[in-house]
Amino acid sequence: MAIESDVLVIGGGLAGTMAALSAAREGANVRLTSYKQSTLRMATGLVDVLGYVDGEGPVADPFEAMDRLHEGHPYSILGEATLRDGLSLFDDSVPGYRGGHTDANALVPTHGGTVKPTARYPASVAPGVASAGGDLLLVGFQTVTDFDAPLAARHLEAAGVPFDVDGVTIPFPGDLRDDAKVTRYAQSLDEDEEVTGGGRQLGTRKDLAERVKAKLDGHERVGFPALLGEENHDDVRADLVRYLDVPVFEVPMGPPSLPGMRLEDRLFAALDDSGASIDSGNPVVDYEADGDGRVDSVILDRNGNRVPYHADQFVLATGGLVGKGIASDRAGVREPIFDCHVPHPADRYDWFEDGVFDDHEFARFGVDVGEDLRPRDGEGTVAFDNLRAAGSVVGGYDLAAEKSGAGVSIATGYEAGRRAAEEV
Amino acid sequence: MASTPRVVVVGGGSTGVGVTRDLAMRGLDVVLVEQGNLTHGTTGRMHGLLHSGGRYAVSDQKSARECIEENRVLRDIAAHCVEMTGGLFVKRPEDTEEYFEQKLRGCEECGIPAEVLSGREAREREPHLATDVEKAIAVPDGAVDPFRLVVANAGSAMEHGARIETHAKVRDLIVEDGEVVGVDVEHGAKPGERVHGVQSGREEIRADHVVNATGAWAGRIGDMAGLDVEVRPSKGVMTIMNVRQVDTVINRCRPKGDADIVVPHETTAILGTTDEEVEDPENYPEEQWEVDQMIDTLSELVPILSEARSIRSFWGVRPLYEPPETGTADPTDITRDYFLLDHEDRDGVPGMTSIVGGKFTTYRMMGEEIADHVCAIFGIDADCRTAEVPLPGSEDFQVLRDYMDEFGLRSPIGRRSVERLGSRAEEVLGTDAPNPVVCDCEGVTRAEMRDAIDQAGSDLNASRIRTRASMGNCQGGFCCHRMANELHPQYGEPVVRDSWDDLLQERWKGQRHALWGEQLSQAMLNYALQATTQNRDSDPANRDGSIAFDAFDGGPEAGAMADGGPTEASDGD
Repeated sequence: MAIESDVLVIGGGLAGTMAALSAAREGANVRLTSYKQSTLRMATGLVDVLGYVDGEGPVADPFEAMDRLHEGHPYSILGEATLRDGLSLFDDSVPGYRGGHTDANALVPTHGGTVKPTARYPASVAPGVASAGGDLLLVGFQTVTDFDAPLAARHLEAAGVPFDVDGVTIPFPGDLRDDAKVTRYAQSLDEDEEVTGGGRQLGTRKDLAERVKAKLDGHERVGFPALLGEENHDDVRADLVRYLDVPVFEVPMGPPSLPGMRLEDRLFAALDDSGASIDSGNPVVDYEADGDGRVDSVILDRNGNRVPYHADQFVLATGGLVGKGIASDRAGVREPIFDCHVPHPADRYDWFEDGVFDDHEFARFGVDVGEDLRPRDGEGTVAFDNLRAAGSVVGGYDLAAEKSGAGVSIATGYEAGRRAAEEV
Repeated sequence: MASTPRVVVVGGGSTGVGVTRDLAMRGLDVVLVEQGNLTHGTTGRMHGLLHSGGRYAVSDQKSARECIEENRVLRDIAAHCVEMTGGLFVKRPEDTEEYFEQKLRGCEECGIPAEVLSGREAREREPHLATDVEKAIAVPDGAVDPFRLVVANAGSAMEHGARIETHAKVRDLIVEDGEVVGVDVEHGAKPGERVHGVQSGREEIRADHVVNATGAWAGRIGDMAGLDVEVRPSKGVMTIMNVRQVDTVINRCRPKGDADIVVPHETTAILGTTDEEVEDPENYPEEQWEVDQMIDTLSELVPILSEARSIRSFWGVRPLYEPPETGTADPTDITRDYFLLDHEDRDGVPGMTSIVGGKFTTYRMMGEEIADHVCAIFGIDADCRTAEVPLPGSEDFQVLRDYMDEFGLRSPIGRRSVERLGSRAEEVLGTDAPNPVVCDCEGVTRAEMRDAIDQAGSDLNASRIRTRASMGNCQGGFCCHRMANELHPQYGEPVVRDSWDDLLQERWKGQRHALWGEQLSQAMLNYALQATTQNRDSDPANRDGSIAFDAFDGGPEAGAMADGGPTEASDGD
């Protein structure tokens, strides 16, 4: 039986899931296909919209700052209203996020001891925002090398935060191996594993709270590295709040990122609710066109078999350089499935600058799109009538410097899905 | 002499630490000054080949004989720095039979064990060798970690009373009455850098003799006393691959040429190299064609290299020297021999000796010859012991023990740590404190990192070369911040931040030459982690001005916070 849908979304990251949700909301029959784990679990779970423009910032109001972006930027192409509509779809679809009450960015402490501007953040991060007052205690664990709480506290001080901040390092309850992954810590809290503390048996959560309580010393909120459970995350945090009697928050960290995984879980739960079908584990390796400038099907490799997936409309949301939606070799840069045009300098020594945080060309690599998000060739001609691109596979912006990755994924995903459904 | 002569050695590369250790062991008062970190110059920028001598067996038999002799010495005194991989000289159809025979005969003449293998036998050892490799000569080449070796020499020298000053740049030689009598040094003024006794600023170090062991920089030191030391710096590229495509050193069996060697080194393979004369050893072009040539030409020997992932490239400058008026045009034809220039004999300026030319593999022998020379000047009768006394880390180090259980470290992390630390493993890893992993790619734990910091101070690049932390596939994307974290609280936050920034920049430098394919993806990921997740590119602590915090979102309304913050379940999902 042929596999057919109105809209086929390729890619299961933030842009792909938003595109699928958007198309489904418009009433289309949607299928989403994803291959490997998405980059969501590498990212913080924060929804950055726009924090810096040309190195200036942090900007307090991302919508106001959009006007200063260059012409080819996805936000400039799509406009403010589309970004706002995309964020509304995100807010409606993903529970447990904060920030929608205002246009202003929040400043969130990072595990590197800086603050960064972000537009939406998990409820677990909310009590820690640096743009709110309240003396703050950061708690690190002896064996979690990604976060040194006392150092982060001094660094936040150097960043000028408007409250007192201190850090302590304590042993984590129980006897996890010295090289345990953060997911193992989360599991221990999820299951509230029984540990021996102070000569008696008690749960990990209680033991952790007691260790922290001894150091609380009047601090008004307590931050932990983001490992406070995965499955039972809400219970873990509620218990810690109950035992400690102060707000408890998480400091987002790098991969594997528990807030990123929780966001992924919620996006897929929303996708299930929307009625979209999900197909995961098999890569899209090719496509077939009908000769009329339309994609007829994409070909998935299922255990060595080439299986065509037909659809009326397609959304390409395969990611950028990190997600492998954009590929390169010494000769050039390309989009590997449809061979869409990726603008890039011919000389690969022009792809980068000499300073680690200089304005790198490679950070903007991606397909070139117009306001309908259809990829275009080198002459500006639309490649396929029924193919749209969303997320990091789209070029023309530097998600890292701008702190704009999630916002662009949401706006482009929302718009690509909406337009695809409209055409069905 | 009434008192112990004081010798100042300029240069913290292999030759400098080699002569420092030797002189210190003979009881002299030695001060070594180095402008950067140990290995800052050429030593830290080589392919890590422990020569069997095979490469010089036809063209330069004196060097070849020295190589095989020192190859045996280093296996003994520096066991924890050396991996005896073995080496092959492989012949492709277009390489001449005549040269193959010359190479074989040359090895025999120089006492280098050599065995001819058929193409099939060679491929049994190294399955990725090209199918048209016809035959090969197996020789005892090896891989050596130059960082570990230099640090061990410096450590031994200090145990024998030497003073080692890194980040100490010679501003001038002190010359009085036509004699060199010391050096005028400027100590690195950056706070927290490794400093012994002297925090920063200038220091005049008086000396009874100065040894100029600055390699490609020897001409500059010579200039300070009006001496002409005609070093001809020649640059060469080294391209690092992400895994060991080969476990044996692979040499091309032909007379000379660029891109003719692959050295397995730790977790990587290093492709080398080019040979181009440059004017300035610190400022020369690092070019794309050189990287491309490594991959394209060496793929003729090991075809999978053409599709493999490179993680970075770096360049080094050979301190080639030839006596004036030799006039060799092509740098590849300049001898690899070393020369001891006694400036009293040569130029009528007593008080200084320069050592130029030579190779990493023979650093100890060069050190011995200079030490003999210096001792002769002062009429000191003391034997060289550097060929017999093992370096710290290689004492009584016969068999790699499995420290996995003992130190609670998982293999292969335990094994790799022990390999790096050698006989110091027990001292460094035998800690009661928690010992989590800091660098996953290279298996570096906190204990090893802290040990390096104890030796190297707050300079993370100095700890990097001691431990290999941040030198694996991710090139620091996952561990630079962890390394920085280990500096605290011994060093204050501003010092940590500064050192962290230096490390990020240094890691970026070499990756620029590997930015395509997987490594470009990695670079983007690292950029995202460091700039997006950590916001280090716009770190408010590094920027002028202050943030108007009250212009930003202060969080959901205070009322919702009263109960200790809403949980996500309260959204009713």
